[in-house]
Parts: sequence; C-alpha cells; structure tokens
Amino acid sequence: MYSFEPNEEQQMLMEAVGKYAIADLRPVAHEAEESRELPQKVVAKGWELGVLQASIPEAYGGFGEHSAVTGVLAAEELAFGDLAGAFAIMTPALFATPILLAGSEEQKKEYLPKIIEGQWRPYTAALIEYAFDFDPNDLRTIARKVGDGYVLNGEKAYVPFAKDAEAMIVYANLDGKTQGFIVLKNAEGLTINSEREMLMGLNALPLYRVKLDNVKVSASNRLGGASGHDFERILASMRLASAATALGVARAAFEYSRDYAKEREAFGVKIAQKQAVAFMLAEMCTEIEASRLLAWEAAWKLDQNKEDACTEAYLASTGAADMVMMVTDRAVQILGGHGYIREHPVEMWMRNGRGFAMLTGLAIV
Amino acid sequence: MSIEFESPKPIVQAQYVLKTVAEEMMRSKSRYFDEHEHEIPWDYIEFMHTAMKAMGGGSLAPKESASPEGRGDKGEGGNGKHPPIGYQLLATQIETLAWGDVGMYLVTPGGGLGAAAVQAAASSEQKAKFLARFGGEKPTFAAMCMTEAGAGSDTASIRTRAVLDEKTKEWVINGEKIFVTAGDKSITEYEKLGKGFIVVWASIDPSAGRAGMRAFVVEAGTPGVKVTKLEHKMGIRVSDTAAISLVDVRVPFDHILGSPTVEKTTTGFKGAMATFDATRPLVAASGLGVARAALEFLKEKLKENGIGIRYGLPRQKLTNIEREVIDMEIMLKSAWLMVMKAVWMADNKKPNALESSMSKVKAGDVTTKITQKAVEILGPLGYSREFLAEKWMRDAKITDIYEGTGQINRLVVARQILGYSGSELR
Repeated sequence: MYSFEPNEEQQMLMEAVGKYAIADLRPVAHEAEESRELPQKVVAKGWELGVLQASIPEAYGGFGEHSAVTGVLAAEELAFGDLAGAFAIMTPALFATPILLAGSEEQKKEYLPKIIEGQWRPYTAALIEYAFDFDPNDLRTIARKVGDGYVLNGEKAYVPFAKDAEAMIVYANLDGKTQGFIVLKNAEGLTINSEREMLMGLNALPLYRVKLDNVKVSASNRLGGASGHDFERILASMRLASAATALGVARAAFEYSRDYAKEREAFGVKIAQKQAVAFMLAEMCTEIEASRLLAWEAAWKLDQNKEDACTEAYLASTGAADMVMMVTDRAVQILGGHGYIREHPVEMWMRNGRGFAMLTGLAIV
Repeated sequence: MSIEFESPKPIVQAQYVLKTVAEEMMRSKSRYFDEHEHEIPWDYIEFMHTAMKAMGGGSLAPKESASPEGRGDKGEGGNGKHPPIGYQLLATQIETLAWGDVGMYLVTPGGGLGAAAVQAAASSEQKAKFLARFGGEKPTFAAMCMTEAGAGSDTASIRTRAVLDEKTKEWVINGEKIFVTAGDKSITEYEKLGKGFIVVWASIDPSAGRAGMRAFVVEAGTPGVKVTKLEHKMGIRVSDTAAISLVDVRVPFDHILGSPTVEKTTTGFKGAMATFDATRPLVAASGLGVARAALEFLKEKLKENGIGIRYGLPRQKLTNIEREVIDMEIMLKSAWLMVMKAVWMADNKKPNALESSMSKVKAGDVTTKITQKAVEILGPLGYSREFLAEKWMRDAKITDIYEGTGQINRLVVARQILGYSGSELR
C-alpha cells in the first residue's frame, strides 16, 4: 500500500519535538550562533524528548524499535527549530545508532545502556576528512591490522563534541573498505585540536579536528566485531539524517519568508500578492514536498531492507542539499535587505543550508 | 495510518500487463504516427477497447471496485477493509501508457476528461445516462471543451453562451471552442466508433462572471456542432486537437451539469474546477511517463558507450553527465511520489487542491527538463529522428501547458499556501 500519514506514535513524537523546537530551540538559536555556544539546559531538554531512546529496544535500555522513517520525521522537526541544536541533541546517536545497526552483541550490551540511560553525554563519531573530494567510501584515514587488533592513522574533521567525548566511532579505510572503530577517550595517539572548527555556519556546534597517530584499537572494538560490518547501511542512515534536517531548515526558511511576505507592504499591497514573490514561495513549497517524499520513501525502503534503499538515500540527500540551498537563498531574497541582516534568522539558515552539500556524517537516523 | 511505499498488487499487475502493450502496440508505432499526423491508430483503439471491456469497463476511469487485493474485491471504500486505490491505479496505468507513447495514450478510448467532468459534477441519473456507453460494443470517446481563442487559463472569460429556450426547455448553445483533445473522435461519427459526446463550458449569465459558468453535454450528431479544424502540433501528433464550432446547438434541459440557476456565489464554478484536483495529477503522471522513457533511453545509450552512473560518489568526483543523470533521477522519483500522494489523497477523499497542483507544477518542470537534457546529452543522436528522444522532448512540452500551465498551477499553489483568494493574488 501507499500511505502518506505518519502513524499515531510518530505523530505524537513529531508534535512533542515540534513544540520543543519552536518553544525552546528556536528562541536560543540566534544567540547560540553568535556566542558559539548552545545552552546546555536546552540540549538536555531536547535529549529528554527521547528520540534516540525510543529507537533502541528494551534489551539495551531503550523503549522502542529503530525506524528510519520515525528518525527522519523527528529530525526534520528538530532542525526546524535550529540545525546546530538538532545536531547537538542527535550527537550521541552518531555513536549509538551504528552500534545498534551494525555492532556486535557485546558492543550493544556494553555501550547502548550507558549512552541512553540518564543525561545527554557526548558520544560521537568521526567520518569527515578535510579534503575537497572527501568521499566516505574512500577514506584517507587508514586502519591496519596489526596482531590481534588494529592501528589507525590519519586526520578527521568536523567531529562534534570531540573534546569531551567519552568515546567515538572513527571511520577508517581498512583494505579499501570503510569500517568503524570504537576509540575511547584519552586513547594513546589521539589528539583533539584545542581550537574548534571555524565555519560559515553551524557556529553553535562545537566541531573539532582529530588526529590519529598510531591509535591502537582492540579486535573487539572494531564495529561489528571480528568480521566488521556493512558501511553502506550506516552511510545511508547518515544521508537520510542529512536529508531530514535539510527539510527542517528549508521549512523554517519557507515559513518565515512566507509570513514576512504576508506582512511586508510595497506599492500598496503585501509583497506576497505580487506573483514574483508568490511564485518563489510556491516553488519553495513544491520542492520541499518533493524532497520530503523522496526522503520518506528512502527511509521506508531502508526499514524494509529493500535492495535499492541505499541508492535512494543517496539520491534523497543529494536532492535535499540542492533543495535547501535554493529554498534558503530565496528566503533571504524575499526579505531583501532585511534578510541580509543577522537579526532575522534567514541568513543563518542560508549559511547552514550550504553545509548539507558536504556535511553528511554529522547526524544519523 | 502509516507511511508506506509498497505498490499494491493490482498496480504491479497493471504495470506488468501495460508495459507489454506500451512496447508492442505503442512504442513500435510512435515514429509512424508522429510522421503521419491525423491518421487514426485504429489497431491501438480497438485493442484497448477490447482489453478494457474484458477488465470490466470501457475506459481507464477509476473503478469503484479497485482494491489493494485485486479486482473484484469490493472492499474498497465500501466496507472499510481496504482503503481505495482507484486513482492510484489510474495514475500508474497512465504513466505506463505514456511511457509507451503519450500521444497514443491520449487516444485511449473511454471518457477522458469529458467523462471526468461528468463524473465530478453530474447527478447519478446523468452519470447513468452519459457514462454507460463506454462499456458498449464500439470504442467511444468524450472530450472537454473549455478553451476558446480568447480564453485559456482565464476560464472566466469564456464567451460561449447557453440560453434556455423556455418553450422547448432546451438549452441553445453558441460559441467556438479550440484545443479540444480527442474532439474529433468525440463528435465526428466514425463508423468504427460508438456515439460520443463533448462537455462544453458556457455561460448561462455573462453578467454573473464565474458564477454563471456551466458545463453541458453535447452528443455527437447534434445539429449545429462540428469540427472546423484539426491542429498541427509540435508533438503528441497522433492525438487529435480539434476546433469545434457550435451554432444554435440545442440540447435537452437535463444536459446541464450542476444547477440551472445562478446564485451569487461561485460555488458552482469552484465545483467544476474541483474536477482539476482529480485530473491534474493524472496529467502529471502522463508527463512523467515520457520523462521516464527519455531517462531510460539515455541511460541505455550511455551504457552502450561504456558510461555507467556511479551512485554514491560525492559530487566532486562525478562527471558532468553523471551529475545530470543523478539530478534527473531525483527529479523524476520525487515528482512521481508527489503524484502518488495527490492521487492517494483523492482516493481517500482528502482535499488535495494543493498537492494536486504541486504535483502538476513539479511534473511540468521535470518532464520538460529531463527530455530536453536527454536530447542535449545524446548530442547528434538526440537530435536525430532515428531515435525517439527528440520526439519525447516535443511530446513532453505539452505537459507544462495543458490542464493548467505551470504558471497557473503556481498561482493555485501560492493562493493555497498564502491563504489568498483569487482577488487577493491575481
């Protein structure tokens, strides 16, 4: 069957997350971006919504089942509030979800309960590398098998909360394949840059460069255990998170510029009454819906283990990256000079919007 | 309630069966009929009529009994066991036929837009009277006459008049209609065809503007109605596009669809426009069939030349051709999902004016872009009439024009999202 209506549980989750996004996240977004700091209280409250917790089975301390569809729905709502805040709240999932999806039984038992029980704590993952042609399937960070374990060498970029992280999954190239390795805090050879990344957007999110100099990882800390794991499935979930959060940012920009256009007058009418503006809004809305349905379908296919799920997740995130750039650019355009002023959020959304073309790996559903 | 994307069985079956029809009855004749404009594809018409009759109807119109479990299960809409899928099935059928040849799809016998108007606006007696014919012995057509030389998207400026003759209780219609799809097959009495009709939009009270607009069923053979011209077009050449003149055409009183009196509201007109909420995604589906044909052909030709598409690579590592193809796939897939959502809403009786128009906006963009890009990427092969890519590009363009241009649909979308009336956003 085709059906386009979130189920009751999903609707409740979307409503709760949406409320939080508007009431808690959005009001602090501007100040957080300017001061480069998210209020810990707000992140803690977002964590308590239980988006990650609800995706983990009881056996590992959670209270639900993993669903990419649900993850996509919740991620859009979070990012509708603020992208940096959304990524911060979702950061522990960067560690937990790959373990849930691909980890060994021991890894699930060891890590999942302590991540999700209690307060938000920084567990993270390092995928991105600082290269213009960064390719998650062709990493420059190398893992070598040495004796019973592995040795990692290389440099990672844009690692959320790396400085305080209890542990991180480092993705590295093992014989031409991307594999995840669990690296614990204070591991020997692990250096975290003391300076945060300085970026065009996402300034409230603490992101770090991480160096790995002969970092030893035991065999049991290879993601999935001795035989490793399928990285495609994890990458697809990261791409979907990217698509979903892009939807949230785009919808925020669309709604803000729509409301502005209905207020702002020029030549005796609201500017929304001018076709030049109205048509932009119509196209923004259309493209958001197009991207959303593709992301939903890809997520559903992933949940159903359909053969083309990973390809479709790739298409969904690629399309969403273009869509969000177009939508946020137009939102700034509709506000005109005011859009360029940082008092309005649209310029930040546009700066954040460009990130989706290169920042897959900052979230996972 | 849930989010699901599994094609129901009848849809999968329909795709399977119609793919063969599309390949053997349509695609193989595409070039011939493109180059022999105004020749009628009788083989296709007769085959489709026989096939559709065997499936329980004389047209592709949504079957009341269509359900996810298959034909004959009356669960749909009736007992609430299975949600209805009539429009979803129809959209899929249309997409597949249009993948074969969109011009020829428009020559599929059955009621087409004429019957859709009757279906949307008529009483049950009228439906019985006008729609039964499509399941008859001979293939039968019906058409919608809306556009006039001076009124396209601005349907409220229609000049055709209908006046009630109080003595005979007949409506007397005068006017000139143009761009009537299948107009010729609907009113010219061909021996091989059953008696068709046209649905003519006319004003019963020009001072009332939109509130005075009504649709009338005019039967083939009614004195005073005739085809005055068959257009020569850029594409969809196998489909006839007729100009029709109506001179003192008399039709019985009960041939009016909707109320014979004019109230000071535009409810009647809006009701008529609601037809488009149902048909726009279907027209969008027909365009996407052409787009898919072009994209598949392009990928096949690239493959023959050793060019595969490396999905999953970051953009910086892709060739320009790969990026183009990937973008085309994103457009096509997402546009198709917008169509499916719009028809799913129609099936479930949810108001879908916004989704319906959005799907048409998107499909108009996507269909023209994909076919134009395909010709471009294929270079001299694309431009050559040896292959169908150039024809698909010509065929595709109409998708962004008929059933509401891309611009009119943007206007509809804009009004919906802004909460504006027609006078607030002109």
